[in-house]
Amino acid sequence: MSLAQADLAATGLSAAPDEVLRPAPTSVLPRALGAIGIAALYGLAFLPNDYWFNAILIPFLIMALAGLGLNLLTGYAGLASLGSGAFMSVGAFATYNLLLRAPALPLAASLILGGGFAAAAGVLFGLPSLRIKGFYLAAATLAAQFFLPWLFNQYGWFSNYTTSGSISAPRLVAFGRDLSHPAGRYLLTLTAVVLLTALARNIVRSQTGRNWMAIRDMETAAAVGGIPVGFNKLAAFAVSSFILGIAGALWAFAYLGTVDASSFDLNRSFTILFIIIIGGMGSIAGAFIGSAFVILLPILISHLAESAFGGAVDAGQLQNLEKILFGSLIVILLIKEPHGLTALAAKFRTRLRQWPLKV
Amino acid sequence: MSFFLETLVGGLLAGVMYSLVAIGFVLIYKASGVFNFAQGSMVLFAALTFVTLREAHWSFPAALAVTLAIMVAGAIAIERFVLRSLVNQSDLTLFMATLGLSFVIEGLGQLLMGASVHELDLGIDDVPIQIGFIQVSQFDLVAAATAGALVLILSIFFNFTRTGVSLRAIADDPLAAQSIGIQLPALWRIVWGVAGGVALVAGLLWGARQGVQFSLTLVVLKALPVLIIGGFTSIGGAIVGGLLIGASDSLAEIYVGNLLGGSVSTWFAYVVALVFLLVRPAGLFGERPIERV
Repeated sequence: MSLAQADLAATGLSAAPDEVLRPAPTSVLPRALGAIGIAALYGLAFLPNDYWFNAILIPFLIMALAGLGLNLLTGYAGLASLGSGAFMSVGAFATYNLLLRAPALPLAASLILGGGFAAAAGVLFGLPSLRIKGFYLAAATLAAQFFLPWLFNQYGWFSNYTTSGSISAPRLVAFGRDLSHPAGRYLLTLTAVVLLTALARNIVRSQTGRNWMAIRDMETAAAVGGIPVGFNKLAAFAVSSFILGIAGALWAFAYLGTVDASSFDLNRSFTILFIIIIGGMGSIAGAFIGSAFVILLPILISHLAESAFGGAVDAGQLQNLEKILFGSLIVILLIKEPHGLTALAAKFRTRLRQWPLKV
Repeated sequence: MSFFLETLVGGLLAGVMYSLVAIGFVLIYKASGVFNFAQGSMVLFAALTFVTLREAHWSFPAALAVTLAIMVAGAIAIERFVLRSLVNQSDLTLFMATLGLSFVIEGLGQLLMGASVHELDLGIDDVPIQIGFIQVSQFDLVAAATAGALVLILSIFFNFTRTGVSLRAIADDPLAAQSIGIQLPALWRIVWGVAGGVALVAGLLWGARQGVQFSLTLVVLKALPVLIIGGFTSIGGAIVGGLLIGASDSLAEIYVGNLLGGSVSTWFAYVVALVFLLVRPAGLFGERPIERV
């Protein structure tokens, strides 16, 4: 290295301008951690205990997927929606009818087409977003939330004229293997989640994702800058509803085992909104952290309450206590960290990095 | 024809009941920009408290006064422990906080006062009376009169008292209002207290109509389309929106419901609101935001 080059290196400047423009190399660590995480999740399929699959892992993964779908819409494109549950129901009922009426289709194709129907519904009910924003839009998406489940309940065709209203899901078969046992349903869910997470991650890093964030940060400026605002908003509704639709189908087939419109009510939509707010808006990891919080916390609270007051307090009162505790924890969390658990984790990481020098 | 008129008038009067809940929303949204989802829980809590006191043989005015005091105390606690810590957070964060708050209020109300259905008798008979050639429920008339009186009192309060004018200043420009010495936290306490009072009135009327029980919290969902049509920031809009939603809801139940072969009341109001939004994006009387880069 010549003296001049060493000088340049010492000042931190690079000699060639194209080197200045080259983006910083992505750290290997997050990718390695991601790969290890996915491998570990697949390894969990060998768990002997069905309780883990049925009560924790499967609902956690599906709700994380739903959170991911809403996060694309709300966290990245800045469009608040309270209709997530409705789009999940579209995916569930569309997949059910595809499996029923087109049995030649493989499971994966039915799921993807079911997501496609949900995307179409998302675009339709996303049309008001071209005119309105904020809470007006959120309240308008409630039209989807009340109309779509009503539609599926009202007309017997959607549920193949079953009298009870809820229908048992057909057998899950992929590549000639029966996936009806808990580990199989877990693997199906996990594979869908991994693939869709990769899709979402790539979309938010593409031109489309940057357009969404520009619209979220300032719509007028984005429009002035030449971004087709209306098209991108509808695209956000489509992609978000596609993911929500697949999550809905998985919720019905891999988790509940029945297709029931009442499992996609307004509370489902609120839960998904909780997931992205608690996990972190505009963050893919946030959907997973938030889902873990929302799924695990009630289980934890009810176990704790059971062991603390079990028998002494009746079940109804215990439920009220749990409700108070859950509500308070949400308020406390929002006060302590309004940007979600992902922001908390990032803060912790920075502190850890600077640890001996600065506490 | 008289059947049509009866349905229409019945719907209009029912709409006034929705307006009562919507007014509580508007008050809080105007003063603090918070979309308060806990309004429904406040309605339930107020009605539960009142009915519990009445069942303990308190007199009507005493129960009313104590319930009001509890609602105001709750408002002060909410301002102190929730809102003050969330100043300057995004609208969505505040909305989620009120959602968490609604869990706490519902849980607390049912923990302390039980989850069973209570009868609430306000001493108004729900009997139809003949006006001209149509029949109208006496109870609905009293409810409408109460709502009208409430709106009158609130508009006098907002337009002619010092506190009311400060509230409008806060709604208009929070920073400018604070810089001339208006105390934001004090006003929040007042406005949440007033919203608690409105919740009490709504809780009494709704509770007398359908019994004091958990489903009272669901009236929130009826109030949302009212808000969309009227605009989130206008009390008069809440009344007009309530009338429109009430009338279209009960007409649709008869005419559209028969056509589709089922009850449409869960979603029809929202579709009306949606169509409305496409024409008037900020509702009838809402403030149209000015966009600048």
